[in-house]
Amino acid sequence: MTENNETLNKGRNAQWRVELRNSVPNKDRVALERVKMTEVEPHERIKSQVCEVNCGLTAEQAVTEARRCMDCVTPTCVEGCPVNIDIPRFVKQIEAGKFLDAAATLKEYSALPAVCGRVCPQEKQCEIKCFYTQKMKKDPVAIGYLERFAADYERQSGKIQIPQVEARNGIKVAAIGSGPSSLSFAGDMIKLGYDVTVFEALHEIGGVLKYGIPEFRLPNSVVDVELENLKEMGVNFEKNFVVGRTASFDDLKELGYKAFFVGSGAGLPNFMNIPGENLNGVMSSNEYLTRVNLMYANQSDSDTPVMLGKRVAVIGGGNTAMDAVRTSKRLGAERSIIIYRRSLEEMPARVEEIKHAMEEGVEFMNLANPVEYLPDTTGRVAKARLQRMKLGEPDASGRRRPVPIDGDIVELDVDLVIVAIGVSPNPLIPACLPGLKMTRYGTIEVNEETMQSSVPEIFAGGDIVRGGATVILAMGDGRRAAASMHRYLQEKYAKK
Amino acid sequence: MNKIIEKYNLSEHVAKFVIEAPMIAKSRKPGNFVILRIGEKGERIPLTIVDSDIEKGTITLIVQNVGVSSGKLCQLAAGDFITDLVGPLGKATHIHKAGTILALGGGVGIAPLFPIVKAFKQAGNRVLTVLAARSKDLIILEKEMREWSDEVLVMTDDGSSGRKGLVTEGAEEFIKREKVDECVAIGPAIMMKFCALTTKKYDIPTQVSLNTIMVDGTGMCGACRVTVNGETKFTCIDGPEFNAHQIDFDELLQRLRAYKNEEDQAKNKK
Ligand SMILES: Cc1cc2nc3c(=O)[nH]c(=O)nc-3n(C[C@H](O)[C@H](O)[C@H](O)COP(=O)(O)OP(=O)(O)OC[C@H]3O[C@@H](n4cnc5c(N)ncnc54)[C@H](O)[C@@H]3O)c2cc1C
Ligand SMILES: Cc1cc2nc3c(=O)[nH]c(=O)nc-3n(C[C@H](O)[C@H](O)[C@H](O)COP(=O)(O)OP(=O)(O)OC[C@H]3O[C@@H](n4cnc5c(N)ncnc54)[C@H](O)[C@@H]3O)c2cc1C
Ligand code: SF4
Ligand code: SF4
Ligand code: FES
Repeated sequence: MTENNETLNKGRNAQWRVELRNSVPNKDRVALERVKMTEVEPHERIKSQVCEVNCGLTAEQAVTEARRCMDCVTPTCVEGCPVNIDIPRFVKQIEAGKFLDAAATLKEYSALPAVCGRVCPQEKQCEIKCFYTQKMKKDPVAIGYLERFAADYERQSGKIQIPQVEARNGIKVAAIGSGPSSLSFAGDMIKLGYDVTVFEALHEIGGVLKYGIPEFRLPNSVVDVELENLKEMGVNFEKNFVVGRTASFDDLKELGYKAFFVGSGAGLPNFMNIPGENLNGVMSSNEYLTRVNLMYANQSDSDTPVMLGKRVAVIGGGNTAMDAVRTSKRLGAERSIIIYRRSLEEMPARVEEIKHAMEEGVEFMNLANPVEYLPDTTGRVAKARLQRMKLGEPDASGRRRPVPIDGDIVELDVDLVIVAIGVSPNPLIPACLPGLKMTRYGTIEVNEETMQSSVPEIFAGGDIVRGGATVILAMGDGRRAAASMHRYLQEKYAKK
Repeated sequence: MNKIIEKYNLSEHVAKFVIEAPMIAKSRKPGNFVILRIGEKGERIPLTIVDSDIEKGTITLIVQNVGVSSGKLCQLAAGDFITDLVGPLGKATHIHKAGTILALGGGVGIAPLFPIVKAFKQAGNRVLTVLAARSKDLIILEKEMREWSDEVLVMTDDGSSGRKGLVTEGAEEFIKREKVDECVAIGPAIMMKFCALTTKKYDIPTQVSLNTIMVDGTGMCGACRVTVNGETKFTCIDGPEFNAHQIDFDELLQRLRAYKNEEDQAKNKK
C-alpha cells in the first residue's frame, strides 16, 4: 500500500492536477449535490428484459460530479476498491474533460471498467470510504457512475485503445472458464506475450456476466466489446470445451500448455432440502436466469421454454435473488415476492438493485423462510409454507441471526418458486485433479498473494477460490494470478 | 461447429448420425453423453454417445424425433454442421466382470444401451439382451446388439417383430431360466420404473440411465435433479446412471412433464 501511496502522490502532484485542484475552492465543491442517474421509468422498463434501467451520465453531468471530488491528500476511496484503482486521477481526468485518459487510467487497474461501474457494490467499497461519507456525512462522490461514464464514453467514441502486446514468447497457458477472473487473467497474459487460450464449457463466453446478470442491468453488448478487444489482442477462445472432460489437464499439457488458471466459478446451485422442493415450478435462480439470459427463453423464436408464473416467490436476498425477481416482473408476473429470512438491513444485494426492485413493484416479505411447498392437482407448486422469523443475537458474520417464531407459519399462494440462496463451488475440476488441495468448503486452496494452488502449475481465482464473491474481486484475482504465473514461468522457462 | 459426416434413417422417426468430434471421440466412455444445439436460438439437448471412432475422430448419435429440437436435428444431412456440441458429460458406466448381465432396452433407449452392452461383453461377461418397443420399426440396432450379446430377445407391444409383450415379460423369462448377476435398463422413464420393480423382486442389482430434462449439463442449473435414496442428485454430474431401486420414479415422471404445455405449443407452431 505504501508503494501505491507513493504513486498516488506522484500523480497528485502533477501540474495539471494542482492547477485543477486550485481552480475551484473546496467549499464550492462540497456545495454541489450528488448527481442523480437518469433512469427509465419503472412502468416502461418492466416491459422489457433488455432495456437497461440506468441511462448513464451525460458529459456535463459527469464533469460536474467529478468536480465534487476534492482530490484528497489521502484518498481513502482507493482503499475501499479491491483493486485499488487510482480513483482521484481518473475522476480529475473527467473533470478536465480528458475522458479517454480517464478510461485509460481505469484500464491500468481493471480489465472491465464498464462492467464494474455497473455492478460493483460501490456503497460497500469505494464510495463508503469516500471523504464525503466518512467525514462529512454527505453523499459520496458517485465513483461507480463516473467509472461507467468513462468506459462507456471510450466504447461509444469508437476510439477504444487496444493495449500494446509484447512479442509472442511461444509459451502456452490456459484459462479455464470465461468469467471475469479468467478474462482479466487472459488480458494480462496476452499483454506479457503468452499464447493464451480460454476454455469455456458453455456455448457463450462471459460466465455469470452472460448467463446470470440480466441485460437490464448489464447489456451483453457491453461485455461483447470487451471480448472483441481480447480477441483482437490475440486471446484464443474455445467454447463448448469442458476441461477435465473434453480433455484432461494431462491432455492439455501434452498439447503444450505450461500453466493453468482455474476460474471455473461457483456454479452449483444450493437448495434447502425441504419437502416439495422438486415439484414442477420450483427451480434454482441459475436455471431461471440461464433459460432467459443465455437461451433467450422469453423470446418467441427461441426453442427453450421457461415457466411463467403469475405469483412468483423468490427465496433469498442477494443480487441473484433481485435479478430473478425483477426478471419475473418483466416476464409478466402479477405478484413477484422476495422472501428473505433476515430483515431489509441485512440484505446482501446492492442497494440500487433493492431500490429498483421496489420501484418496479416487487414485494418484500422479510423475516420469513420457506419450510415446505405444496402442489396442485397437476403436481405443480401451488403454495409455500413460510416460517416467520425474528432477529436474535449477532452471528459470526456480525449480522443478527434469524430465529423462528414458534408456531408462526403462514401460507402463500404461488405458482413459481425460484431458489436463490447461494451457490457452491463447481466440483468438476477438483474431481479430475486428485492432487489439488481443497478447503472444507470445496473451494481451491491457494496462496493469497500469488493465487498459486498446491499444484505448482495451477493457479486459481474468482468464485472457485472465494466461494461466491464479486466481479471486481474475481478480476483482481485474475490479475494477481497472471503476475505471479508470469514470474513462475519466467523462472522455469525463459532464463534457460 | 461440428460436421455431420454420415446420416442414416433407422426408421421413420429415428436417425443415426456420425459427427466429427475428435476430442470427444478420444475421451468418451460408455455411459457418457453430449449436449448439442442447432441454430442460434436452439435448445441444448442431451444425447448419449452410442459409439466412437478415435482414428476417424467421430462419434455416433442416435436420435428419436419427439419434438422441436430433436426434429431440427433429424432434418440435417451429411455435410451440415451442428451449431454447438459439448461433451463427454456424465459419469461413465462402471464396467466390470460381474458374470451374467441382463440388458433391457426400450425404444430409443436401445441406443444408449448399446455401448454398455458392448463394453460389458468386452469385459468378459455373458450378456442377455431384451429389446422392446411399440412396434417393429422402433426396434433399432438389432444386428449390432446380436453381435455383442449372447442372446437377444425382441418384444413388441403389437407383435410385429419378435414376441408380443412387454419388456418385463422378456426380462422375467431370462431371470427364471438362469442366474442373472446384474441388470441395466434404459428406455422411457415408465419402462425403467417397471423394470426396477421387476428386478427388485429378484434382488438383482440394477442400473438405469435417466433422461431428465437438462439445460447446461455441467451441474449449474439443477433442472436435472432427481431423488435417489431420499437425497437430491443432479443427473448430469452425479449420473446419468443410478441404482434403479433407489430412484423416486413418480417424481421423475412428474418432472418430465414440467414443460409439456410449452413443448406441445412449440410443436404445433412449427
Ligand atoms: C445472478 C447473479 C448476479 C450477480 N450480481 C453481481 C453484481 O451485481 N455485482 C458483483 O460484483 N457480482 C455479482 N455477482 C457475482 C459475480 O458474478 C461472480 O462473483 C463472478 O462472476 C465470478 O467470476 P468467476 O471468474 O469466478 O467465474 P464465473 O463468472 O462464475 O464463470 C465461470 C465460468 O467457468 C465455466 N466453467 C466451469 N467449469 C469449467 C470447466 N471445467 N471447463 C470450462 N469451463 C468451465 C462456467 O461455465 C462459467 O461460464 C452475481 C452473480 C450472479 C449469479
Ligand atoms: C442423459 C440423456 C441421454 C439421452 N440420450 C438420448 C439418445 O441417445 N437418443 C434420444 O433420442 N434421446 C435421448 N435423450 C432424450 C432427448 O434428450 C430428448 O428426447 C430431447 O431433449 C427432446 O427434445 P425435443 O425438443 O425434441 O422435444 P420436446 O418438445 O422438448 O419434448 C417432446 C417430448 O419429449 C419429452 N422430453 C423432453 N425433454 C426430454 C428429455 N431431456 N429426455 C427425455 N424426454 C424428454 C417431453 O416430455 C415430451 O414428451 C437423452 C436424455 C438424457 C437426459
Ligand atoms: S472497481 Fe468497483 S470498487 Fe473499484 S472504484 Fe470501480 S466501482 Fe469502485
Ligand atoms: S475520498 Fe472521495 S473526495 Fe476524496 S479523492 Fe476519493 S472520491 Fe475524491
Ligand atoms: S443440467 Fe443443469 S445441473 Fe444438470
